[in-house]
Amino acid sequence: MARRRVLGVLIVLAVAAAAAGWFLSAPQRLDAGELAALGEGDAARGERIFWAGGCASCHSAPKSEGEARLELGGGAPLVTPFGSFVPPNISPDPADGIGGWSKEDFANAMLRGVAPDGSHLYPAFPYPSYVRMKPSDIGDLYAFMRTLPQVSGKAAPNDIGFPFNIRRGLGLWKLLFLDPAPVIALEEAAGAEVAAGQYLVEGPGHCGECHTPRTLFGAGGSDKSRWLAGAPAAVGDGRVPNITPAKLTWSAAEIASYLKDGFTPEFDTAGGEMVNVVKNIGHLSDEDRTAIAAYLKAVPARE
Amino acid sequence: MRRLTLALPALAFLATAAWAGPVEDREALMKERGQTIGALSKVAKGETPFDAAAVLAQLQALQANAEKTDIDVLWAADAKGNTGTSPESSPKIWEDMAGFKAEEEKYEAAVAAAVTAAPADAAALGAVLGPIGKECGACHETYRVAKN
Repeated sequence: MARRRVLGVLIVLAVAAAAAGWFLSAPQRLDAGELAALGEGDAARGERIFWAGGCASCHSAPKSEGEARLELGGGAPLVTPFGSFVPPNISPDPADGIGGWSKEDFANAMLRGVAPDGSHLYPAFPYPSYVRMKPSDIGDLYAFMRTLPQVSGKAAPNDIGFPFNIRRGLGLWKLLFLDPAPVIALEEAAGAEVAAGQYLVEGPGHCGECHTPRTLFGAGGSDKSRWLAGAPAAVGDGRVPNITPAKLTWSAAEIASYLKDGFTPEFDTAGGEMVNVVKNIGHLSDEDRTAIAAYLKAVPARE
Repeated sequence: MRRLTLALPALAFLATAAWAGPVEDREALMKERGQTIGALSKVAKGETPFDAAAVLAQLQALQANAEKTDIDVLWAADAKGNTGTSPESSPKIWEDMAGFKAEEEKYEAAVAAAVTAAPADAAALGAVLGPIGKECGACHETYRVAKN
């Protein structure tokens, strides 16, 4: 009798835990006020956000140059210890891309990591950084991406092992790690240039996704106590370098120049994934690159 | 004494040149490319005055460097080790030797085109340096790893 009662209590507890988990892991969409802030969307302004956001790095064909970087039919899989994430077709093709997405659908993906069907997106798509973006920049980016060429053909599905293949679980990951607050608390005295750089680096530029180590043995969010201090490469071999002032000793002008043409002060070149980053950041204005450099000189040095 | 101070670095240099293995040799060749392109790039940007003969000599030095770069020796199957300095050769080189050699050929073609063009001013130099720099990056994207 007592044993049956214990079993009953256990079942009730298990159901309650499952219900709580289900409730907590539910996708959180933007509310009406946040959606209104997206604005009308200006394609010309959106082009800058497109290059700052680095969309072409993953969503255009590998090694694309020039106009081909605007064809976002999907790119090379990101092969990580958790599985293989395939960047999908995000061209405006209505059948195979995101041509059928409304501006609100797009904003929920960028700022909440939620797909139009309500499922969670994997943070291989760097929305944990994009969540810090201004809604009006999202509206402008949407307008720009509508102008890009339609590319037909769906990308292959992801190949992810259990338990990471359960998308609902990402709801709990988001509760723990999704945070729209700025990473570095800057003094007002840091100035407008550093603040502009902070927005580009911490938001659209998503530099921390690779340059900051992750918690939970690489499965968690950015370890903010080690912000930009370098990390094992999630894709491929080697390490992604420490770009805090502890290791990155180039002058601000040298950093800005590197982001423009890919040459270090010693005339070595960018390598690995950074080649793509330079191809994108090279499209920005000198002013934006100088702001990024100013911010990198202002972040706390971490050995 | 003066003779000795001159002789010692020369001896050291000879020793390095004679005893260095393929790994040290390839790193030295890559470093030389960077230094030469760096010097040329300063001319293209107007930081160093333009001198057509000096520029051509440096482009020819780049070509001589490329001719010395014998992939079969420098990246031989038994030369997969690295000196531990950052950055270094990726294992992908030996997985895809044909692809690696194709990248090097594209670089050498860009260097040869620059020598043939014999740039007459800083703007012309900039125009031939662009494709060379692009090939540096294209190869490093796939075949080099950073070890912070």
